[in-house]
Amino acid sequence: MIQPPNQNIDKDWFLEHHIMMHRIRAFEETAARANQDKLVLGAIHLSIGQEAIASGVCKNLMKEDFLLSTHRGHGHTLAKGADPEAMMLELLGRRGGICKGKGGSMHIADASVGMLGANGVVAANINIATGAAHAIKLKRETNISCCIFGDGAINRGPFLEGLNWSGVFNLPVLFVCENNGFASTTRTDAMTSGEGAAARARSMGITATEVDGNDIISVDEITREYIANIRNGNGPHLISFNTYRLHGHTASDPASYRPAAEVETAWKEDPIERCSELLSRLGISRKILNEHRKIALEEMERVYKTAKEAPWPSDDNAFSDVQDLGDPREGAF
Amino acid sequence: MVKMSYAEAAKLALAEEMRRDPLVWAIGEDLGRGGVFGQYLGLLDEFGPERISDAPISESAIMGASVGAAMAGTRPVVEMRFADFALCAVDELINQAAKARYMLGGQVKVPMVIREPMGMWRSSAAQHSQSLESWYTHIPGLVVAVPSTPADNRGLLKTAIRSDDPVVYLEHKNIWGYEGDVPEDETLIPFGKGRLEKEGDDITIVSWSAQMHIAANAATLLQAEGISAELIDLRTLWPWDRQMVFDSVEKTGRLLITHESVSVGGFGAEIAATVAEQLFSVLKSPITRCAAPRVPISYAPPLEAKIRVSSEQIVEAATKSVAVSTGFK
Repeated sequence: MIQPPNQNIDKDWFLEHHIMMHRIRAFEETAARANQDKLVLGAIHLSIGQEAIASGVCKNLMKEDFLLSTHRGHGHTLAKGADPEAMMLELLGRRGGICKGKGGSMHIADASVGMLGANGVVAANINIATGAAHAIKLKRETNISCCIFGDGAINRGPFLEGLNWSGVFNLPVLFVCENNGFASTTRTDAMTSGEGAAARARSMGITATEVDGNDIISVDEITREYIANIRNGNGPHLISFNTYRLHGHTASDPASYRPAAEVETAWKEDPIERCSELLSRLGISRKILNEHRKIALEEMERVYKTAKEAPWPSDDNAFSDVQDLGDPREGAF
Repeated sequence: MVKMSYAEAAKLALAEEMRRDPLVWAIGEDLGRGGVFGQYLGLLDEFGPERISDAPISESAIMGASVGAAMAGTRPVVEMRFADFALCAVDELINQAAKARYMLGGQVKVPMVIREPMGMWRSSAAQHSQSLESWYTHIPGLVVAVPSTPADNRGLLKTAIRSDDPVVYLEHKNIWGYEGDVPEDETLIPFGKGRLEKEGDDITIVSWSAQMHIAANAATLLQAEGISAELIDLRTLWPWDRQMVFDSVEKTGRLLITHESVSVGGFGAEIAATVAEQLFSVLKSPITRCAAPRVPISYAPPLEAKIRVSSEQIVEAATKSVAVSTGFK
């Protein structure tokens, strides 16, 4: 059951955020290293700098709530409760991978914790999450659906169609826009007319706001408030979180299209450091807080070691999970 | 047996499945008033607006939301209004619905039916007349159904709704009113089983959807000329009844495939190639295709007629085929 922080800030609650944010950071750093080691097979998109959104949103979701994410979805998946070992095995395409080695980073999912998938197509999950919420409504269930997408997604059609749909049918869905400033390698501002996600949502009658996505308290509070509204039958809500993508579009992108000084300034707003600062002001020792990073790095190191040593999936996996009907080998060589 | 139209048979199937399973629901533009072709007429009264649901003109959301609703445990029946409009939702169908199960390693299934009224009908021109069934057969993960009779439309739609795979269900607009006998009991028709419309010895004709009726007329005309054609209605294109086609071609030694859609890259090519691979030595004459030229569909009836494959053209091609003998057998 979710324990909301009290008026005076629940230290334990935010300590848990601190731990989760460090686990996400450590997972991403380890994945980046695996990429340098040439053991990650396809492109991976790191969420370093955006951990407060993943932790702040997902901690306020129940296991039964659905989550749909983006190509930059490792942090969301981990925060929703997926096993990092099965995730790392998937990134390396090994046996035991969470999608049996068929999806990789961009299709990471764990349906057992309600995480119905990252997606390789920008904005595609907006409609899918809306539909999951539609199913919840039809089945008279009490869970909700949450869709996290990037700022680039708001310029695709599904943003309009899905948000309109969610409003028309008054669906229990929370839309979360992670505005990290870049749509792939182009500045979002340069390619977006008007005031962005929240303004567009409001124009469709959807309650929406813009919040500092690097401040774990703000993320946690607004998410909790909006989710309570949604659970009370008040229809879809949208939060646009302002953040900054501290690394490139992919793990192989040096992001040289932006000035070093800009990135340096952005690091001063590192959400994990801001959370550490908050907790130390609340009396938690730096020693304990630093320990969180150490433990997280050790965990992900173990995970990486296991993944490196794991065998490839067996060949028959290539032909399973396609569909019930017809032989997938028919007509082939 | 009960006599009913192709449209009524589909409506009956949907109503029966909705009564049987509360998780089945239909979504699409104008469903509340009965659908564009009346194929949902009266269902709103029985099932209410949540389960016979109108939708905004948002094909991408109709398809995409249905993918999510299917993954989350319901069985949406998606009405695309015209097969041509499904092209506004290509990502949702091809990248999402068809592949979600595989990409996620079997963690989810996408049990949805995508109804796409297809084909030439009353001067509807190039954006309301297409037959794109062969596209879908190319996509792993999809089932493709192309019923031609009321009995098949009822039996196949019921199977489609119970399937855990996304099923592209192509109903032909020109035969909504076509009447035929439908069994009184709830007969489900399995996918991948063709129907022998007519037995014959001289040539095998393979067809589906509305073109099957044109082929049936051709078979009757051929009979009058002393040529005995065997006509197979495939009913589904993925999976397709290879065995029924093989058995027939082994008997007749000749194969003609006819479909309304464009010949180039059409499903007829797949059938022709498969038969050539498997039964080359039994063929007495080259495999023949009677399908549309590669031009958009016209508006004016005489121009539209130039694109339609007629019974006479099938008769001519079949007669020519029967006259030729390669001497293999």
